[in-house]
Amino acid sequence: MKKVFPILGVVTAVLLIYALYQALAVAPTERTMGDVQRIFYYHVPSAWTAFLLFFINFGASVCFLIKRNQTADIVALVCAEVGVVFCTVVLITGPIWARPVWGIWWTWDMRLTSTLVLWLIYVSYLMLRRFSSSGETPLLAAALAVLGALCVPFVYFSIWFFRTQHPQPVMGGGGSIDPRMLHALLINWLAFSCFAFLVCWSRYRLEKLQREVDEAHALRSLHDPGGRVR
Amino acid sequence: MKGNPYLFAAYAVTWLIHIAYISTIVSRYSRLKREMAELRKN
Repeated sequence: MKKVFPILGVVTAVLLIYALYQALAVAPTERTMGDVQRIFYYHVPSAWTAFLLFFINFGASVCFLIKRNQTADIVALVCAEVGVVFCTVVLITGPIWARPVWGIWWTWDMRLTSTLVLWLIYVSYLMLRRFSSSGETPLLAAALAVLGALCVPFVYFSIWFFRTQHPQPVMGGGGSIDPRMLHALLINWLAFSCFAFLVCWSRYRLEKLQREVDEAHALRSLHDPGGRVR
Repeated sequence: MKGNPYLFAAYAVTWLIHIAYISTIVSRYSRLKREMAELRKN
């Protein structure tokens, strides 16, 4: 496994560079928005990656609720944290794109507001996991994650059900997209998904080590009650 | 492709966020490794 990580790292780096080249040089310039539309190749794949991670978080949380499996608990935590990072990218690149196109940084329409609410739900999930010392914390967090996951389809389909300023979805929205644009979009999504997988893997190893250190501290305090207790 | 400040800002911010997050993982990992080594030593 130690050899797989650097190989995957190199593959991901090559993919990310190729994806950047596709986004900036190969994909055609959009007629009305111009070059600023190329934000799309980072904004949309980041959103899809965040949704994918929240979906895995949901699966792992359900698995934890049923089986009380520690690995599922770690996977849920890791996916939520990396998902929040990707969702943060979406919430920042969106307004940067909106400013030159809509003339405003932000509007409280359904898609934007529901994405912000989704982000807040997962941030509260992470806060709960970070600051609660109760033994029931993973259980409560898993329940919150199930609730949060219900918001994901709502965020995605909000532009179908409500009149919003946000454009219609690229997939299944009834619109059309230039094949070169679609290629650049999918390559970027693949690159960001591989990147997210690597980050999740690193974060998983970190969490495992954190639990080992906590266990070692707990054992030490049992043997030496006067010693340092975390 | 002409230089567009908004496009540059969006791409730069994306990578800044990811690099900042990876830095926290790396620093936390090396701190925990040191802590674990210390615990094993004692």
